[in-house]
Amino acid sequence: MRTSNWWVHLLLIAASAIAVFPVLWILSTSFKPRSEVFSTELAIVPQTFTWENYVHVLTRADGVFLQWMANSFLVALLTALVALSLSATAAYALSRFRFSGKRVISFSFFLTQMFPGALLIVPLYRIVNALGLLNSYLGLVLAYATVAVPFCVMMLKNFFDTIPYELEEAARVDGLSPFGTFYRIVLPLSLPGIAVTGFFAFITAWNEFLIALTFMSEQRMYTLPIGLQQFVNQFNSDWHYMAAGAIIVTLPVLIVFLLAQRYLIAGLSAGGTKG
Amino acid sequence: MTIRSNKWIAWLFLTPVLVVMALLVFYPLVQGIIYSFTDMNQYNMGSKFAPPSWTFVGLDNYVDLFASFFKPDSVFRDVIVQTLVWTFVNVFFHFVIGLGLALLLNRNIKGRGIYRMLLMVPWAVPSFVSAFSWTWMYNQTYGLFNIILQKLGFSPIPWLGDSFWAMVSVIMVNVWVGVPFMMITLLGGLQSIPPSLYEAARVDGASPWSQFWNITLPLLRPVAATATVLGVIWTFNMFTIIFLVTRGGPVRSTEILVTYAYREAFLNWNFGMAATYGVVILSFLLAFTVLYRRLIKANSNEGVYY
Repeated sequence: MRTSNWWVHLLLIAASAIAVFPVLWILSTSFKPRSEVFSTELAIVPQTFTWENYVHVLTRADGVFLQWMANSFLVALLTALVALSLSATAAYALSRFRFSGKRVISFSFFLTQMFPGALLIVPLYRIVNALGLLNSYLGLVLAYATVAVPFCVMMLKNFFDTIPYELEEAARVDGLSPFGTFYRIVLPLSLPGIAVTGFFAFITAWNEFLIALTFMSEQRMYTLPIGLQQFVNQFNSDWHYMAAGAIIVTLPVLIVFLLAQRYLIAGLSAGGTKG
Repeated sequence: MTIRSNKWIAWLFLTPVLVVMALLVFYPLVQGIIYSFTDMNQYNMGSKFAPPSWTFVGLDNYVDLFASFFKPDSVFRDVIVQTLVWTFVNVFFHFVIGLGLALLLNRNIKGRGIYRMLLMVPWAVPSFVSAFSWTWMYNQTYGLFNIILQKLGFSPIPWLGDSFWAMVSVIMVNVWVGVPFMMITLLGGLQSIPPSLYEAARVDGASPWSQFWNITLPLLRPVAATATVLGVIWTFNMFTIIFLVTRGGPVRSTEILVTYAYREAFLNWNFGMAATYGVVILSFLLAFTVLYRRLIKANSNEGVYY
């Protein structure tokens, strides 16, 4: 049954417009020539359309921008994979098993969310340095995993909790081992949840700013957020170049986001009742 | 003995995470707390060329900090007040707007997939890009907001140049950034409520309002409680937005504890004091969480999900 209340649409359209506008505004700015960017005339759509800002950013400094983009993508993807594979079994244990110490462990995962970066970054820097992993993808992925893993454990636990336990009992009666139950029953049923969680981890790494700034001192190893700051420093207040760079950084995330959509749309418990 | 109480399997499943967390979170945490009792700074922290020469100073950092709290022009006190205002206002709007949108999206309406996608955009945009976009719109001369205000005949607003407006400005950015997370989490909670419950309620003649109070809200509670606590913690620790939009200014009026700790560490190079700020932040959040859990538990029979 579909209801079509006009006020629901009105509210959702207004909210969507506010959600999207700041992105459209830098998109518009990124296609404007300098003279039009620094003007007090109101021009939502560029009056003179130009690709010059993109060409400038992409060809600047021997294509180092593309290198930064590759770095960012690799680090974010690895962070998502590492965080998911580490946290899935732990979340399952916390969701399904009864054992002493469970509450302490659940709470300590939760606790890590409170640790301010300012407290962790200096010790973390010294550890990664001692491991010889400064200026490496692995060093950054490890540091990001500290942020992403506890969060992934909590999210996945919530998703696992929504899967009826009866399904597993049935599987076990059919002779599946505990790990088999987890791998063949729970994981496939929670695929939407896993996709959402993995995407969270990806975004965390893609957005991260402070740790990358501290760990990656070689220009070649910069991630996009750090690289982009270099552009701003070099050109000071060149908002039109910055806008073009920002659009290039934002686009890949939006693509991943669109790919993850179909998992988001599938109802979380719908899978459990259908299966 | 059922399989669910087999603790060996549970621990086997937990081991990989526990090892990684012990090494990369709890060990650095302990180190950080230790640093708060030292005078560690850029010069005595040790490097390839010089061995560490920092010393333990006992509670000196804490004493300095709390003594400054009672001085008439205490920056520390201002920063604490600003942190509390910042956190409360942000999370309030995140929750109210997030719940409203989640309820709208949970209705069976045309094009809700598209709405959901558009509404999640602020969350998919890297936060430093959001900070950039809004800073550009707030620009005194060429910014969109002031251009529109002037076209409408109003005088321009000093968005980032005035203590009050600067706080309003950063909060607006962070509300924009934070609503989608709350919306999606609550929507997930709404969707995991079995439709059969609503069907049963409808058969029993329950009104939509009564369904909302007796089914939706109680079943949403665990997800909502977790999302709110996380929201408070993340907002309390939100560094990027404030740092990139106002840098804590003008005259420290938008500085919160984390940005101030960063200032101590990487502008004043005073790692000992920065760690002390870190411990203060941690204590605040711990106290809040314990209190919040008590409140939630006092109001419900079921446990909280963390």
